[in-house]
Amino acid sequence: MLARRQFLGLGAGGALLGAAGRASAWTASAPASMREPGAPFTAYGVPSEWEQEVTRLPTANRDVPGNGASWSPLHLLEGIITPNGLHYERHHNGVPRIDPTTHELLVHGRVRRALSFRVQELLRYPLRSRICFLECGGNSNAAWHRQPIQSPAGHVHGLVSCSEWTGVPLSVVLAEAKPYTDADWLIAEGADAFAMHVSIPMRKAREDGLLALYQNGERLRPENGYPLRLILPGWEGVTNVKWLRRLRVVDRPVMARNETYSYTELLPSGKARQFSHTMDVKSLLLQPSAGMRLPGPGWYLLSGLAWSGRGRIRGVELSTDGGQHWRAAELQQPVLSKCLTRFRLPWQWDGAPTVLMSRATDTSGAVQPAREQLVAARGRHGYFHYHAIVSWAVGQAGDVRHVYGTGTGDSHDSNAPADIDSGWF
Amino acid sequence: MTAMLLLILIAAGSDTDTTGPGLGREVSEVPVHDVFPDGTGLPPGRGTARIGQGLYAQHCLSCHGPAGEGASAEPIAGAQGALSGPHPVKTIGNYWPWAPTLYDLIRRAMPMHAPGSLRADEAYALTAYVLYLQELVELDAEVDAAVLTNLQMPNRDGFVPAEAVP
Ligand code: HEC
Repeated sequence: MLARRQFLGLGAGGALLGAAGRASAWTASAPASMREPGAPFTAYGVPSEWEQEVTRLPTANRDVPGNGASWSPLHLLEGIITPNGLHYERHHNGVPRIDPTTHELLVHGRVRRALSFRVQELLRYPLRSRICFLECGGNSNAAWHRQPIQSPAGHVHGLVSCSEWTGVPLSVVLAEAKPYTDADWLIAEGADAFAMHVSIPMRKAREDGLLALYQNGERLRPENGYPLRLILPGWEGVTNVKWLRRLRVVDRPVMARNETYSYTELLPSGKARQFSHTMDVKSLLLQPSAGMRLPGPGWYLLSGLAWSGRGRIRGVELSTDGGQHWRAAELQQPVLSKCLTRFRLPWQWDGAPTVLMSRATDTSGAVQPAREQLVAARGRHGYFHYHAIVSWAVGQAGDVRHVYGTGTGDSHDSNAPADIDSGWF
Repeated sequence: MTAMLLLILIAAGSDTDTTGPGLGREVSEVPVHDVFPDGTGLPPGRGTARIGQGLYAQHCLSCHGPAGEGASAEPIAGAQGALSGPHPVKTIGNYWPWAPTLYDLIRRAMPMHAPGSLRADEAYALTAYVLYLQELVELDAEVDAAVLTNLQMPNRDGFVPAEAVP
């Protein structure tokens, strides 16, 4: 089903269908849908029966079904908001079942008053909403492969999603507990079967940390932390602890597994980058992208997403000739800080093979690097934080393939045994 | 007077903090066992790698392999070659920086199908066995909080803050 949809290009809106207009007869008779009453109301709406192939793409450990990841099908979506049922997932030991009437958040440690909050109490606090992206540190990790992977874009880069999160500013709850000034860190712990815990600098927690209760207007989905999760805009997914049950104010990081052994990036020197919290500036062309097919020469709307954990997207440039020329894409307004930004640009395809690329710049001045720049700086074994420019080659037949750079690849070392550091993160 | 005012300001946190309705209930300090690199948080207890070997076969081997070489889970032991080499493999022996936090991971999250089920002595024995697989402790050496705290892991100095590198 997916293959067929991609072969046709896009579904809704037909953005990728060829421009060549064909005369067709308008059926004068009313369609069947106008000759019988429609279906009754539904208590909770679900997507159309013709959109059933638009699903998350899960992969799990064979012995631990709740350990793995599930990608958002970004290549089948438009706009910037990820529907709640399609938000990416990364769990270490499954989705816990938590009764909100018994769940409590404990704030303790280096505080004057250790406090416990029930969910129903937090719901009475001053709420704030924030639209921002959430990206797993392991997103796009297949792009470290020596050979470009040909999976659909969402299945490689879809560990990023974007929602409106509503909750209590962390600063409000912290102020009530009165932390001592020597306490620069928080340990955040989830109520899941991995007892996920990470260290968070107090500065970030106070700046824009949110104790999220709602996601896109409804209460959090279980797989997104129901009934309470941490949101740290622009920061690596793993720090946005789901099913939050405890915040301990401390004077140093706890050095948990997920901030030492994992979610750190091994560099060529043998040292590893630690506390790589901020997600770097990144963009991704989605229409078209790997596995799709342009039905023929003509007019196309190029469309994709850009984001940065350092601020707003200032611009996205597109190249339709393998990086020789770049043109500014149109950014869909409003452009929000630490938020997915939709970019679009009309393009006339002349039918000749070419390479499409997108390159984002953010308000901090950071520019998305070319793949060889990223590999030169970080080596090939960092595993996390891949954010280089993505290239799609369009073939004579309109087929779209993933390539590195301008398509020559870095196959000089293709006999190497370890293609990528395998497994989970 | 000034000193007192300063104290109040410090206690209240940053001045940008807005205030909430104060619905949290004050609790007396609860015992928690977050384990720090310096051994803070390690509970009393002890075990040897020899005891851990039996527990490992029972609770861990199916996912981690007989010698920690990996199965459905990643390898935790047996890495060859340097981390700076062309094909680095990360394991506990060459990558995990502190022994006390290894105890913590095993106690809080393993075994995956029954997390939190290990008693303190069992977790010490299993930690000892995982360290034995890395040739970092002897098979019959007693491992407790002090031993873990004093053990120098090979990659202790292997991490640099992200802002300090490209
Ligand atoms: C059902 C499978 C399973 C069992 C049984 C199991 N583990 Fe694990 N273990 C895993 C997985 C999967 C991970 C990686 C977790 C992740 O990705 O977040 C892991 C991680 C670890 C780690 C951290 C290293 C790493 O790769 O992240 C250690 C140490 C560990 N396990 C030790 C043990 C010990 C000791 C036992 C026995 C008490 C045990 N495990 C039982 C599946 C298992």
